[in-house]
Amino acid sequence: MDSFLPITGLIVLSRPRSTQNRYCIVGIGETSVRKSSETTSLNLALSAASRALDDAGLNADDIDGVLTDTPYHDPTFLYSVLLAENLGIQPSYASTLDLGGASPVAAISQAMAAIQAGLCTTVLFTIGQNAGTNYRQRPPTHGTLNWGYSDFEEPFGLVGAPGAYALGARRHMYEYGTTPEQLGAIAISTRHHASLNQNAQMRSPINLEDYLASPLICDPFRLFDCSLISDYSGAFIVTSMDRARDLPQPIVEVAAICQKHHHRYVYTAGDLTTSVCTQLAPKLYRAAGISPGDVDAAQLYDSFTYTVLLQLEAYGFCKRGDVGSLLANGGIGLGGALPVNTHGGLLSQGHANGVLHVTEAVKQLRGDCSGRQVKDAKNILVTGGGGILFASHAATILRKI
Amino acid sequence: MTDHSLLPTPDSDSIPFWEACSRKVLQFQLCTDCLTLRHPPRVICPQCRSGKYSWEPVSGKGTVYSYVIYRRSFHPSLKADLPYAVALIDLEENLRIVSRIINVPMDAISIGMSVAVRFVKVDEKTMLPFFSAID
Repeated sequence: MDSFLPITGLIVLSRPRSTQNRYCIVGIGETSVRKSSETTSLNLALSAASRALDDAGLNADDIDGVLTDTPYHDPTFLYSVLLAENLGIQPSYASTLDLGGASPVAAISQAMAAIQAGLCTTVLFTIGQNAGTNYRQRPPTHGTLNWGYSDFEEPFGLVGAPGAYALGARRHMYEYGTTPEQLGAIAISTRHHASLNQNAQMRSPINLEDYLASPLICDPFRLFDCSLISDYSGAFIVTSMDRARDLPQPIVEVAAICQKHHHRYVYTAGDLTTSVCTQLAPKLYRAAGISPGDVDAAQLYDSFTYTVLLQLEAYGFCKRGDVGSLLANGGIGLGGALPVNTHGGLLSQGHANGVLHVTEAVKQLRGDCSGRQVKDAKNILVTGGGGILFASHAATILRKI
Repeated sequence: MTDHSLLPTPDSDSIPFWEACSRKVLQFQLCTDCLTLRHPPRVICPQCRSGKYSWEPVSGKGTVYSYVIYRRSFHPSLKADLPYAVALIDLEENLRIVSRIINVPMDAISIGMSVAVRFVKVDEKTMLPFFSAID
């Protein structure tokens, strides 16, 4: 497949701009991100799907592929098929992904592969979760989902994601002298972006004093290092560039996309000061024919502030251990060297499992972000991370054509 | 409100681990083909796919690779323990595990600290391999 092959700038110039094997995101949908919606994960996913269809100018009949991810609080048998039935679709291709926060970006590549293989032509991905509503209604337990061998973590008190990620952050501080102030700069910048987004759960700006005063949860993580618990939904539609040309929205192409899966447990992950992103980044840039300097904005999976730091290093926006020089002078804010998570991310918009990282990138490339628009955005990096510290990773470069 | 226990629920792969703990022995699976020690327990060696293994006791000594201090409880059964420290411990035998650091003040825990296993009885059936500082 052309878009997966390493392409040098020279070859790109000499190749005719064929639309074959090129794929686009032609529709997006979101519902409001909030603490509680008092509705089901299914209903949320259906709302976003419906909006994505309207946005793309498509009817249910036009969709022949349906992808989703398991709603963690309510794992459901044949879930992609259930969604399809509710939308009046009898797809030729349906699948439920299982890659946690990597699922939305990975779904783009699943859609491309399915279209390329001739299984379908136009794929809807939708995901919605009422995590906020659910979390407040039920006590925290082992979980309705089997997380896999929690016996070697939970009996020792390693419960929930913050503690596991904090183990990585602590080691990074030890090896590179990374400071709470640097993690705080990520939280503060992300919150500023959320303050510019009407569809965000936490919109009051915070400063360094607020960050440092926020309670230690899993030391070294403070409250503001952690993402939110939210009800949300998001959806997008992927099709070939040939079809995209006949649809109403400006064309947003998937310029490159990759996945890499690395480990399953925090104690089998190896070096926690780096991640599988370092393996994936050069491959992704090569496939897109660009370098880090060509990235106009990045929607980086931000389960925690440290998750962002790892990616800023891996994707070549700063040297390892030198995030401070990028963060200084508003480097990851709007107007800075690399605007990161312009929608407010999981940290402040709300934990949407990464699907709204995709829809935000599409909105930026369409020029639909008004007060938080990145000027002349052409290439946007979008990433997803599943499990602890990039057990699963998927990343894409979305491009305005 | 159901307070689901966080205690281990041994399965066919992990029974020998927990049974040994109840005798205050820390042991892991060793692939008898490629001699790689592994954790968590599983039936196939991820290094060489061999299905042959034995259970090997280890020294119970190691160093702290990293640690986190819980100051908020993520489960009702952990509330009484706050604050507590969970660490990744690199055992002498080149295996990393998750455990709790006990008998050490929170501000005295450090990366690189030498630790040794201390079995703690948490109910009639279960001993957990926690770790304490050693010189």
